[in-house]
Amino acid sequence: MPGKTLYDKLWEAHLVEEREDGSALIYIDRHLIHEVTSPQAFEGLRLAGRTPWRLDANLAVPDHNVPTGSAERAGGVAGIIDSTSRLQVQTLDDNCEQFGIEEIPINDRRQGIVHVVGPEMGATLPGMTVVCGDSHTSTHGALGALAHGIGTSEVEHVLATQCLVQQKMKNLRMRVDGRLALGVTAKDLALAIIGEIGTAGGTGFAIEFAGEAVEALSMEGRMTLCNMSIEAGARMGMIAVDDVTIDYVRGRPMAPKGDQWELAVAAWGDLHSDADAVFDHEVCIDAASVAPQVTWGTSPEMVAAVTDLIPDPAAMSNTGQREAAVRALSYMGLSGGAPITSIPADRVFIGSCTNSRIEDLREAAAIVRGRKKADSVKQAMVVPGSGEVKAQAEAEGLDRIFLDAGLEWREPGCSMCLAMNADKLGKGEHCASTSNRNFEGRQGFGGRTHLVSPGMAAAAAIAGHFVDVRDFQGEPS
Amino acid sequence: MKALRVHEGLVAPMDRANVDTDLIIPKQFLKSIKRSGFGPNLFDELRYLDEGQPGQDCSNRPLNPDFPLNFPRYQGASVLLARENFGCGSSREHAPWALEDYGFRCVIAPSFADIFYNNCFKNGVLPVALPAAQVDELFEALYANEGYRITVDLEQQEVLLADGRRWSFPVDDYRRQCLLEGLDDIGVTLKSGAAIRAYEDKLRGRSPWLFSSEAGA
Ligand code: SF4
Repeated sequence: MPGKTLYDKLWEAHLVEEREDGSALIYIDRHLIHEVTSPQAFEGLRLAGRTPWRLDANLAVPDHNVPTGSAERAGGVAGIIDSTSRLQVQTLDDNCEQFGIEEIPINDRRQGIVHVVGPEMGATLPGMTVVCGDSHTSTHGALGALAHGIGTSEVEHVLATQCLVQQKMKNLRMRVDGRLALGVTAKDLALAIIGEIGTAGGTGFAIEFAGEAVEALSMEGRMTLCNMSIEAGARMGMIAVDDVTIDYVRGRPMAPKGDQWELAVAAWGDLHSDADAVFDHEVCIDAASVAPQVTWGTSPEMVAAVTDLIPDPAAMSNTGQREAAVRALSYMGLSGGAPITSIPADRVFIGSCTNSRIEDLREAAAIVRGRKKADSVKQAMVVPGSGEVKAQAEAEGLDRIFLDAGLEWREPGCSMCLAMNADKLGKGEHCASTSNRNFEGRQGFGGRTHLVSPGMAAAAAIAGHFVDVRDFQGEPS
Repeated sequence: MKALRVHEGLVAPMDRANVDTDLIIPKQFLKSIKRSGFGPNLFDELRYLDEGQPGQDCSNRPLNPDFPLNFPRYQGASVLLARENFGCGSSREHAPWALEDYGFRCVIAPSFADIFYNNCFKNGVLPVALPAAQVDELFEALYANEGYRITVDLEQQEVLLADGRRWSFPVDDYRRQCLLEGLDDIGVTLKSGAAIRAYEDKLRGRSPWLFSSEAGA
């Protein structure tokens, strides 16, 4: 019998029951909850007279609707100006209280984006099944967990049964050989992979990221990479457990302690694909060939190296692709053939569950240190992923660096990644954004999003247009 | 959930690839804490010329005359014909809620994003994946014939064309059964309660740190 993949192992370890119709009942170890996709699930429980199966497997935190301006934030839930946002956050508080679920409330120091908070708190551990009513739950796969997003019906299903009915996915190994060049980050790698396989390339697969460049990533870089599995079409992305993983988890508030820690570490030793494991599909990428990336269209696969030109639809042989490119360029107000570096940055957003961890902020701060935001940039906001990240950044003086350079330093939340709160793009504005989706209207009606790494976003804030971050390395002259 | 066995209805086109969930239902409508009422905001940014707000009465908003769903010939459509990778993006179930609330019971496309595909079944909307060539043919027939209708038979897993041809499509048994019978799948899972308890007992022995009472001090 061939060896098992990491995904096979995680799947088998959580199998409660296999059914004749080919479906399986999979046990869920950790269920993360936020305010947007849970109200209807709690309502469903109430209507059916059901209660949560296992309270201690759940952890809730509001993130999408929370204001990130300090004045509005100071008022807590009651201070949220938008009444529909306020109601949604209040509803989460009420539901958690009514059902007895642990919640990190809005102004708790630990509050933040659910996918930043989970690993940071040690609520996400290697070997777990982790789900949340949010597609970027794939982030948690970086810890060697089987983690994926679910819809609201499944949120209710997990609350009521601690299980999900699943079909097994196929295995895809994404092998990244060699090393990333200086100034090229996990975000660039994620975008380059999506550019290579397309936004549906991973559909039906569980992706395992492997290879030298992946092993060389920090835990936070690995989270950035797994985070964007969903943009490559895969519900889940994961990475084998190694010393980097164990060192990251050690000492986290909810991580096992003492004897339990020793037991856990021993068990986690098997969380990798066997040498003779068989994958249904394998893609190889050469890390050294990846340059800093910028998306030019309205889908994450519409991406190019910063040194490239915006592609010319006329040169595309595939009709569907050509039509999509024409539509995207018209929405983006761009023409094929122009240099990527000619695109202006009207606003800059550094944040989101993709890039709002401490290393991301350090990366951005290193670029803006001692420099000034271009006058043509209307706004450049830095939104830490959690209160813990914010406190750490302030302890390191990063907030001062951002403020001195003319950037805004805000309170933690999803913010302009999705623009459900007040942080939005105006019509026609171009944004250098470290988030994960550049769909039409994502960051505001008519807004134009360009996905980049934190360093690239910071460089755009200084230059006023997209620019190769590698030109900004070192001290300002 | 509403059961679906055989559905016959008028077809409308959504002729572009990679239609994402933000396009199906923009985020401002995700602030609702209800499950219903999303229909008027389906494809909001394409359908109207202004920016929609939650709770707003959509009947007076300026319609985009170039958007097919606004064409008189597609009024009352209940089958949506779409392109590759339909429903990509977020896990928001508001997307199938909006489709269902608008009146769509079935979406036909060459491929669907995984989470969206799954969410459809939970809400009485049947996603039908057909080979790209067949979808191309349907688009042609749809554009050529006003009032183009189609029948989708979940029981037989077949699409029935007006000319009598039958095209089969794949659905896994569990999802098919739940939709055919309009089952409450939480109720189905709870019948396995004993197996879940037994699994948990084993888990507690094998990985005690997963239970907060035993994570160590
Ligand atoms: S930061 Fe953006 S992608 Fe991440 S959970 Fe929030 S809204 Fe979703």
